[in-house]
Amino acid sequence: MNNSVLLNGFRFVLLVLAQVLIFNNLSFMGSINPFVYVIFFYWYPIKSNRTFFMLISFLLGFIIDIFSDTMALHSIASLTVAYARPVVMRFCFGVNYEFQNFSFKNTTKIQRVAFLALLILIHQVVFFSLEILSFTHILLILKKVFGTGIVTLVLCTLFSSLFSPKTE
Amino acid sequence: MQRIINFVLRYRNAFLYGFLALISLIITVRSHSYHQSKFFNSSKWLTGNVYGSAADVSSYFGLRQENNRLVKENERLRKLLFNMKVDSIIQPLDSSFVAYEVLSAKLIKNSYTSPRNYITINKGRNQGVKQDMGVITTKGILGIVENVSSNFATVQSVLNTKSNINAKIKHSEYFGSLVWTAEDYTMAQLIDIPRLVPLVVGDTIVTGGMSSIFPENIPIGTIKKYDLNTAGSFYNIDVELFNDMANIKNVYLIENKNREEIKTLEARTTNE
Repeated sequence: MNNSVLLNGFRFVLLVLAQVLIFNNLSFMGSINPFVYVIFFYWYPIKSNRTFFMLISFLLGFIIDIFSDTMALHSIASLTVAYARPVVMRFCFGVNYEFQNFSFKNTTKIQRVAFLALLILIHQVVFFSLEILSFTHILLILKKVFGTGIVTLVLCTLFSSLFSPKTE
Repeated sequence: MQRIINFVLRYRNAFLYGFLALISLIITVRSHSYHQSKFFNSSKWLTGNVYGSAADVSSYFGLRQENNRLVKENERLRKLLFNMKVDSIIQPLDSSFVAYEVLSAKLIKNSYTSPRNYITINKGRNQGVKQDMGVITTKGILGIVENVSSNFATVQSVLNTKSNINAKIKHSEYFGSLVWTAEDYTMAQLIDIPRLVPLVVGDTIVTGGMSSIFPENIPIGTIKKYDLNTAGSFYNIDVELFNDMANIKNVYLIENKNREEIKTLEARTTNE
């Protein structure tokens, strides 16, 4: 228990620093800054207090907001991802995720990537539609959602296989 | 009563979501129409120091390039200085005649990909930075100071949909507003130029004299492309910026000493 708190706290700080110091300055192909911190919602323990998870996610988004001067866009996107995570999990892993002995080890690679992709998609859609906040720019929003989303997904998949925890 | 409490407890996550989402929406939507949030911005102590120490490291990588740029500017300024008449050199050195004060600062955080870009610099209130000072680089304008903390400040970049700067075409003296449509970070848009004005692709755009923030004739960019707006009476001009917005290290802050006087005079005039 204590170990898990420490590990997630460490991830939290490291992901904030990685996001604001490295990935916010990446500008891949001119304008793509991937949001790698979304992997926090993927890594966060499945069986945990949902209310606390939402508060932590809001805080994570809020700190990144302050660093990148984006009002409260990251906060609301992260909060939405945290709130929607159980629904997305049920969609990706079927009903058996509610059983006690469920862990990522029992799932296929495709299921995990789909789970990650959906989390990223929700995050991107909320973030960019509120950032631009205008229906006349719907094409720009879609371009940004898919451009940034795909790069984020590739990076997050790489990260998740690179730092995959041995024990869940 | 018990039922209400049970109901709230049962759906506490939904309530929490609604509550926090409302807060974020208020912060976000408010700053769409007003200024950047005064409390949550990167000029604060923690964020400023994190960016500052990261910039300390990364600034070494561009030193040679940056030196060349500064030497080039010195060369240009020397040329101006040597070609000036003698008495006009002596006069501006007396501080009571100076209309514009200049400070230098280093950029510690840059952003140019979102629709509302802000830049953070390493000088703040203690070093004499104030809100609404103009920010330029050796090549052209960069933005306007928006929030100041004791040792850092955030700058609203010209690449911000809220930015609106008075600008003119260098030779014809017709002026309009410089805005940004969030599409391309190398390009800003000049609007409100009447259709009778003759335009040539490649003309230089500079700051106009109508603003109490920037001095006149600071370079902005050149005309890349122009067409009439939907009503057909004004031009929409795409201006290619002189600044490479993705690669900026040192900036200058300009303070107009007469700004207070101009502002109070204008306020009094509109009241009457």
